[in-house]
Amino acid sequence: MESKYILSVLVEDNSGVLSKVVGLFSRRGFNIHSLAVGVTNIEGVSRITIEVIGDELTVEQISKQLNKLIDVIKIKVSRSDELVKRGLLLVKVKISPKNRTEVIQIADIFRANIVDVSQSTVTAELTGGDSKLNAFLEMLAPYGIEETAMTGMIALERGTNVLKA
Amino acid sequence: MTGAEMVVKALEGNGVTTIFGYPGAANCPILDKLPDSAIKHILVRNEQGAAHMASGYARVTKRPGVCTATSGPGATNLITGIATAYMDSVPMIAITGQVVSGLLGRDAFQEVDITGATHPFTKHNYLIRDGLEIPRVIDEAFYIASTGRPGPVLIDIPMDLLKAAYDYPEGKKEPIVIRGYKPIGMGKAHEMQVKKVAEAIKVSQKPVILAGGGIVLSDATKELREFVSKTGIPVVTTMTGVGTIEGGSNLCYGMIGSHGIKSANMTLNHSDLVIILGSRLGDRSVANAAGLEKRTKLIHIDIDPAEIGKNIFPDIPVVGDIKDVLTQLMPLLSDYHTPAEWKEYVDRIRSDWTFEEETEDSGFVNPRYFVKRLSEKTGSDAYVSTEVGQNQIWVANNYKFTDPRHFITSAGFGTMGYGLPAAIGASVASGETVIAVMGDGSFQMDLAELGTMCQWDIPVKLIVLENHRLGMVHEHQFINYKSNYYAVSLEGSPDFCKLAEAYGIPSMKINENSEIDKGIDALLADKNSFMLVVEVDPFEQTGGALNSHHLPKGVE
Ligand SMILES: Cc1ncc(C[n+]2csc(CCOP(=O)(O)OP(=O)(O)O)c2C)c(N)n1
Repeated sequence: MESKYILSVLVEDNSGVLSKVVGLFSRRGFNIHSLAVGVTNIEGVSRITIEVIGDELTVEQISKQLNKLIDVIKIKVSRSDELVKRGLLLVKVKISPKNRTEVIQIADIFRANIVDVSQSTVTAELTGGDSKLNAFLEMLAPYGIEETAMTGMIALERGTNVLKA
Repeated sequence: MTGAEMVVKALEGNGVTTIFGYPGAANCPILDKLPDSAIKHILVRNEQGAAHMASGYARVTKRPGVCTATSGPGATNLITGIATAYMDSVPMIAITGQVVSGLLGRDAFQEVDITGATHPFTKHNYLIRDGLEIPRVIDEAFYIASTGRPGPVLIDIPMDLLKAAYDYPEGKKEPIVIRGYKPIGMGKAHEMQVKKVAEAIKVSQKPVILAGGGIVLSDATKELREFVSKTGIPVVTTMTGVGTIEGGSNLCYGMIGSHGIKSANMTLNHSDLVIILGSRLGDRSVANAAGLEKRTKLIHIDIDPAEIGKNIFPDIPVVGDIKDVLTQLMPLLSDYHTPAEWKEYVDRIRSDWTFEEETEDSGFVNPRYFVKRLSEKTGSDAYVSTEVGQNQIWVANNYKFTDPRHFITSAGFGTMGYGLPAAIGASVASGETVIAVMGDGSFQMDLAELGTMCQWDIPVKLIVLENHRLGMVHEHQFINYKSNYYAVSLEGSPDFCKLAEAYGIPSMKINENSEIDKGIDALLADKNSFMLVVEVDPFEQTGGALNSHHLPKGVE
C-alpha cells in the first residue's frame, strides 16, 4: 500500500552531496515528492528532508541505498503523519478593487501574511503542512492564482527524540 | 612537499607496489615523482586496460588495484573499467589528474566532470579542493575500497594542487573516522536470525545452497566447504560463485542462470529451501525471482543490507559477513543431514543431463571438450581469465575451478575487452602465468594490450576461440531473431598467429579435436607467453543440449 513517507537525512556538508543523493533517486527510479536542504546545528552537517510516496518495501530499499552513500551519516524514515511538518508557500493572487478585501480575509483566516500588494495582485506567505497549504491554494483559486513558489517540507519528530549525527 | 609527492607517499603508505597507468599533462606531476619511489608504473595502451589490469590485480591480491589517467579523455577511458569493477565489487583506486582548480567548470582543455560521471558506479569518489587533504583522502579511499562490500573509489586531483608545495602534515596519522561509514563490526549476524536459519534448514526436505560471489569477497570458501561437507547440502552457484565449491566436488551441481546448466537450474527449482549466500540474484542468474519466491522458502545472507529485498524478498533475511554467519551456523546444525531421497534425486538429474562430449574430428574443435582438457591438464588450479560471450560460458561450465579467485571474469557488467588486461593484472599480482580464454571479437577490443604484455614481460597464455563471429550474439540471433544474422561476422580480422608473431609471441593453430592435447601441451610447455588459436564452429551453442534456453516453458 502506498503512503507518504519522510526521509530525514543527515549528510556531510561536502560539495556534490546533494547531487549524489538526488541522483540516486532518479537512477533507481524512485520519485521525490518534495525536497528541502539546509544546514543544521551540528557543524559540517546538513539535513536533507525528502518526501516520497511509495510502499513500505520500496521506501525501505531507498533508505538502504541512501545509507550506502559514504556522505550520508544518518537516515530516519517516518510516516508523514508522525512528524511536525512545515513548508513555506508564497502565492501571488490576481485581485480587483472589488475582491481585494475578500482575498485578504481568506489570508487572515489561514493566518497567512500579506507580504506584497500591487494594483492588481497581492502576495501572501503561509507556513504549514501540505494539507493546509493546499487548502489555502484551493480557496484562492477562484480569484486567479498568478504564481506560486513552495519549499519542500521540513520536519522534526514530536517529543524528545533527536536525530543525532 | 608537493601534492604529487604526497600522493606517492600515501600510496606507499598503503602498501602499493604497482600502478597501471597512462600519462597526460594532468597526471604528469605524479608520474614525475614515481622514479624516486619503489612503486612500479606499468604503461598500458589504453586507460581502459589500466582499469581492467588494476581489477585483475585486485581479484588476486584482495587489495585495491591502482590505476591512473590524465583528465578528460584519459579519465573517461577508465570509466568502463571502473563500472566493471563496481558491478563485481572489486576494490580499486583510480587517480585522475584534473585541470587546474581555477579553470574548473569552464570547459577547459581536457576537462570533464569525472566525479559526476562516475558517481553511479563508484563506491565513493572525491574531487580534491585543497592539497592538504591528499594524504587523508587517499587513506580514506583505500579504507573504503577494501572494507565492507569492496568497490572502486575515484580520486580526482587538479593539476595545480599536485604541483603546489605544502607543509606536509607530519606526526602520527589520525585513525580514519568517517561518520557515515562503519563497515567494521558488521560481521556477525543477529543470533535470532541465525537460529531461524538453522530451524528452517532442519525442517527442510530439499535444501540447496546458492553460492554467490559474496563468499569470495568474504573469504569464506573454507567455511562454505566445511559447512557443505558436514551437512551434505547440494550447492549451485552463480557465475561469481564458480569455484567457491570445487568444480569437481560431488556436491557441486553447477552454475545456474540463463547460461548455466539445466541440471543446476532444475536443482534450484525443485528445492523447498534455498540458502542464498552473497548473491544479488541478478536477472541473468534468476530470471523470474517472483516465481522462485512463490515456489520455495528463501534465506538470504548478505553483508549489504541493500541487497536484501532488492531483487527478491526472502523469508529469512540475514545481514552479516558470510564467513561469520557460517561459523555461527555450523554448531547449530551439527547433527543435520540432507535427506537421502533429495540427494538421490538431484544426482539423478545431474547424471541425466551429463553428456559425453563429441570428440570426433569435424574440422572444428569442440570448445567444451577443449576447456575440459585444459582443466585436466592444468590440475584445475590455473588462473584463468575469460572475455565475454560463449567463451566465458564454456569456461564457467567446464573448467573445474578449485579456487574461486582463479576465475577472473566480468560477470556483472559483461565487459568485452576485460579478459586480456585482467589476465595481465592477475599475472603481475600473482607472479604466475595466467591463461586468458578469449573470443575473437572480445580479444580485438583490447588487443593493443599485447604491447603492454611484451613491454613488461608479463607471461599470459592466450587462447583465442576463433569462430569468426560475435558468437554469443550469433547464438542470440539464432534463437531469438529467426537466424537473421546481422553485424556479427568478424571478417577482416587478422591472422592471429601472424599477429602473435608480430609481437614476438610463439603460436599454434588447431582445427581438430585430435589436436587439442598437442595444442594445450605447446601452450603450457614453459612459463612464457604463447598464443593458441582454436577453430570453433560458429554454430556451437553455450550449452548444447544442456542450454537452459531449451528448457521447457515455465522453468527458468
Ligand atoms: C563492450 C561490450 N560490447 C558489446 C557486448 C555485447 N556482447 C556480448 S557477447 C558478445 C559477442 C562476443 O564475441 P566474441 O568475443 O567473439 O566471443 P564468443 O561469443 O564468440 O565466444 C557481444 C557483442 C558486450 N558484452 N560488451
